[in-house]
Parts: sequence; C-alpha cells; structure tokens
Amino acid sequence: MDPSARSTGPKSGAEPVLSLRGAAVRVGGRTLWSGVDLTVGAGEFTAVLGPNGVGKSTLVKVLLGVLPAAAGEVRVLGGVPGARNAAVGYLPQRRSFDASVRIRGVDVVRLGLDGDRWGIPVPGLGRAKRRAARERVAEVVELVGASAYAHRPIGQCSGGEQQRLLIAQALIRRPQVLLLDEPLDSLDLPNQSAIAALLGRICHQEGVSVVMVAHDVNPILHHLDRVVYIAEGGAVAGTPTEVITSETLTRLYRTPVEVLRTSDGRLVVVGQPEAPALHSDRHSEPGAGGGHVSG
Amino acid sequence: MFLADTSSPAVSWNLLADFQQMWAYPFMVNAFRAGAIVSVVCAAVGWFMVLRRQTFAGHTLSVAAFPGASLAILLGVSTSLGYFGFCVAAALVIAALGRKGRDAGAEESAVTGTVQAFALACGYLFISLYKGLLEGPTALLFGSFLGITTGQVTLLAIVGALVLAVLAVIGRPLLFATVDPEVAAGRGVPVRLLSTVFLVLLGAATAEASQITGTLLVFALMVIPAATAQQLTSRPGRSLALAVLIGFGSCWLGLIAAYYQPYPLGFFVTTIAFTGYVLAHLGRALHEALGWSRSRGRTPLSIGGTA
Repeated sequence: MDPSARSTGPKSGAEPVLSLRGAAVRVGGRTLWSGVDLTVGAGEFTAVLGPNGVGKSTLVKVLLGVLPAAAGEVRVLGGVPGARNAAVGYLPQRRSFDASVRIRGVDVVRLGLDGDRWGIPVPGLGRAKRRAARERVAEVVELVGASAYAHRPIGQCSGGEQQRLLIAQALIRRPQVLLLDEPLDSLDLPNQSAIAALLGRICHQEGVSVVMVAHDVNPILHHLDRVVYIAEGGAVAGTPTEVITSETLTRLYRTPVEVLRTSDGRLVVVGQPEAPALHSDRHSEPGAGGGHVSG
Repeated sequence: MFLADTSSPAVSWNLLADFQQMWAYPFMVNAFRAGAIVSVVCAAVGWFMVLRRQTFAGHTLSVAAFPGASLAILLGVSTSLGYFGFCVAAALVIAALGRKGRDAGAEESAVTGTVQAFALACGYLFISLYKGLLEGPTALLFGSFLGITTGQVTLLAIVGALVLAVLAVIGRPLLFATVDPEVAAGRGVPVRLLSTVFLVLLGAATAEASQITGTLLVFALMVIPAATAQQLTSRPGRSLALAVLIGFGSCWLGLIAAYYQPYPLGFFVTTIAFTGYVLAHLGRALHEALGWSRSRGRTPLSIGGTA
C-alpha cells in the first residue's frame, strides 16, 4: 500500500463531506505533515491517529479554517474550510468545569445554540422561537443520555457527564460534521467506551460525520469506518484493517513497526517512533516503544 | 458624616410616613436615587464579574477610584470626573497588560496587583499634597451619602444607563465567552474584545459604587449580591435578576438604617448584604445536606445507547 494512498470515496456517489488532496500544513516555518489525502463521506466515523506532536490537532484546525493549508486542496462540505462552520460542530481538547461553576448543564448546551447572538430577547416577542429552542435543548440532551443531570450545575457533574453535555452542545445546531479533539482523554475506561458508543450512534444513526483525534484507537475501534495515520512527512488513510497493519505502518514511519492483536481484539502497536528510532534491525529491541496504538 | 445631629429622627414603622419624612430632605432623595442606580448597575456587572472570577480586577479598579477622587479634589475639578477617569483608565491598563495568551490568570493577577499598589500609593500622595483642608480620606475610602447633588445623580444615571445598555447587547456572547471561551471563539465570538469591553464596564460600575460606599466597600454592592444570588440558583437569568434585587434591597435598607442610626452607610449596606449571603449559604448547605441523603441511592451512570 502506498503511504499516500487515497482512501476510497464515500459510500454513495454524492459529494464527500470532507476531502483533503495532497494537503500540507506549516506551523512556524516547519512542515508538520504533507501529502495527506482523505475523503470522508456522510455518516462516517474517522479517527486521526499518530504520535504526539505530529499535528493531529492541527488537522482539526485546518478543517475549521483557523489555519490555512500550505499546499494541496481542502474542502469541507463543498466549500473552503471555515465557509460553512455553522454546519460544523467542534469539541476542543479536554476542558472541564470545576465545582464552583454555578451554571446548569442545559445552559451550557443552550449557549451552543444562540450564545453568539448579540442583544437580549425582547420579553413577549418570539415566544414560539424560545419554545423551539427549549425543545431542541431537551432533544439533544436526551440524545446524549444526559437528561438525568442536565439541570444540575455543570460543575457538580462528573467528567463523563460533562463530556456528554459538551457533545450535546456541539450537536445542537444539527451539524453535518462533528470534529472532536481527544474527547476520551482523562476519562476512565467505562466512560471511554460509553462516550465512544455514543459517538458511534450519533454517527451511524444521525448521519453526522465524526472526525475524532484519538490517543488510543481501542475504545473506538469497532465503531470506526476510517482511520488516518499521520507521520512526519506523510499519512495513510483507509479502513482500520487496511491501515493498522505492520506493513503499512512500517512503510509510513520508515522504521519497523509491528501491530499485534491481543486475544480480546485490542490492537497493540510496537516500535512506533515516539522519538526517532535508532535501531534498524527489526528484532534487536523487542517491545521498544510498545503500548497501545498511541500518539 | 453622621446624620444623628440633623433632626434626631425616629422610626414610626409607618413606612409611608417614614419615607415622606426622609424624602423631605432633598439630599436624602438624591441619596436614594443614587443608591438605586448604583446598586442595580453594580449587581448586574458584578454578576458577570463573579462568574468570570475577576473579583481581584474589580477590587483594583475600585482602589483606582481613590487616587482619582483625591486628585480631582486636589485639582479642584469634579470628583465624578476623577472617579470615572481613573477607574476606566485602570481598566484599560489591566486589559492591555494582562491576558496575552490563554490561561494567563496568574499573570493577570500579578499585573492587577501591581496596578492596585501603584493606585493606592498615588492616592496617598494626592491626599498628603492637599494638606489638611481635605477632611480626610475616610469618606473616599468608606463612603458617604451626604451631599450627593442632583447633577451627580444625573451623571450616575447616564453612565449607568450606558453600562446597562452595553451589557444588554453583549450579555449573551459575554456569558458564552465566560463559561466556554474556546468554543465561543470557534463560533466567532470576539473573546478578547469582549474581555476588554467588560473591564471598561467594570471600571465604570466601580466608579459609580465608589461614590456611594467608598472605594473599600465597593464589593458590598458588586460581589455580595451576585455571590448570594449564585448560591440560591444556577439559572443564569434568574440569578442575575436576584442579584439586582438583593443589591437594590441592601442599598435602600442601608440608607434607611443610616438615616435613623448614627453609623456610617457603608457599614449598614455591607452588613445587610453580608447577612443575606450567610443566610443563603446556610440555606444551600442545609438543602444539600437534605438532598444528599435523599439521592444516596442514585442510579448508576446511564450509558446512552448500545455499547
């Protein structure tokens, strides 16, 4: 498989939701990654993987139009990145509310709907609109399964509960794309798999394309349609079974990488370069740089 | 500064008669008017300040009112000019020096502390330059409600209306930027600009409050009503309205108390507001203690959808 192999198009023949062709990005004069080809169709779940500092979050910023691509073509919902941000939901890297924040979960969700609007609503006017907004909040809170605690101050909710409410906030404007930056970070294992299942459901049942930067592929592995593995210089995109293999990752990182499958179906990547690899002999350092698929 | 010697009034407990008696004095009418304006403006701005955790900035701005007023007296210009000029200038200094990056809270508090120390030092200098004729910094530091002129009330009303109007326009994005700055920025809310605009509003509000409660007791009208309201409810609209109500109530009750008792106004306003805060805190603690025992058997974390 060619490191820059373009993944197959979306399931239907319609225009892809996201597409990158030979995209590259430069931050502070340094090229973080280049030659990234990726196509994401409607209702597909994509994970962005790779070692630390390789520019996974930067990819999200390029898709949001916050950072320009240095080369290649990037299209989001048929336009340039940033042009259709109203239809893009964004969940930044882990943020939390401490116990003293006296604002309810539903208020935080509601801010996602009209928090950027200036002025105050005139009392008596737009009653129907306000009811519609309230109903939409209730609907999206129900969708993420947060109804039981959405009326509590958000500071008193657990990390997993807060994350669900923040996902509800990102979903409230019915985005076609949801971009998430490490949403499972610092959650415990049961919450990781619950949030992963929730995202899989939003993706496949609600038809929202989900692009998620991830540290560990295992909690989301069986929900994924597509993965992008980013390395310095290049990237590989495709289905998880195509991409997370010893051959593909070895070619991408130009250093021996082994993908092992444990008896419970988890993937372990051995030899992935967190730091520049020193040994070229494939078997000289068994287990070096071991761990889950991480980045 | 005490009123005991003016007419030695006594409460008749007939509220209508009492108010008629108090409002027979034009200075009392002005005091009540100014108190109403200031308490409403301060409670609204203070509500956002407490939520944004900028109470230290608010305190510094109120301290800046002290050199402002003393310089105005020294130069023989209107003290209102000194209050508003210095508070808004200090707000701009804090906005310009602090918050360069994200999470610059530590740096901001250092900048704020620096500005505060300098402001106090300047105030002390201006007081000593004035030599004697100024009856002392007590009124500037702890407030006075005597001698508020109709012109001052008009100025307070105009500035207050402006502050409230700006707050009404930026309120929702400001709340968004306060609670969730990153997502707000992603939605195109100008977070940095809002932060500067809010500091200027804070400067104007503290300048207003300084003229009633004195620079050291500004928090009686800025922090306590908001903190009390946020103890009582976590609904934003309701708690904002409650803060305004509490601020207004403490201020007018304080004025009434100060009319009948020979002790300073700042003490009464602060004590009434503080009592309210303590009661709200106790009430919430009690409520939580009861609620806790009720929700012991809470259902475990619901997992939305199929895993």
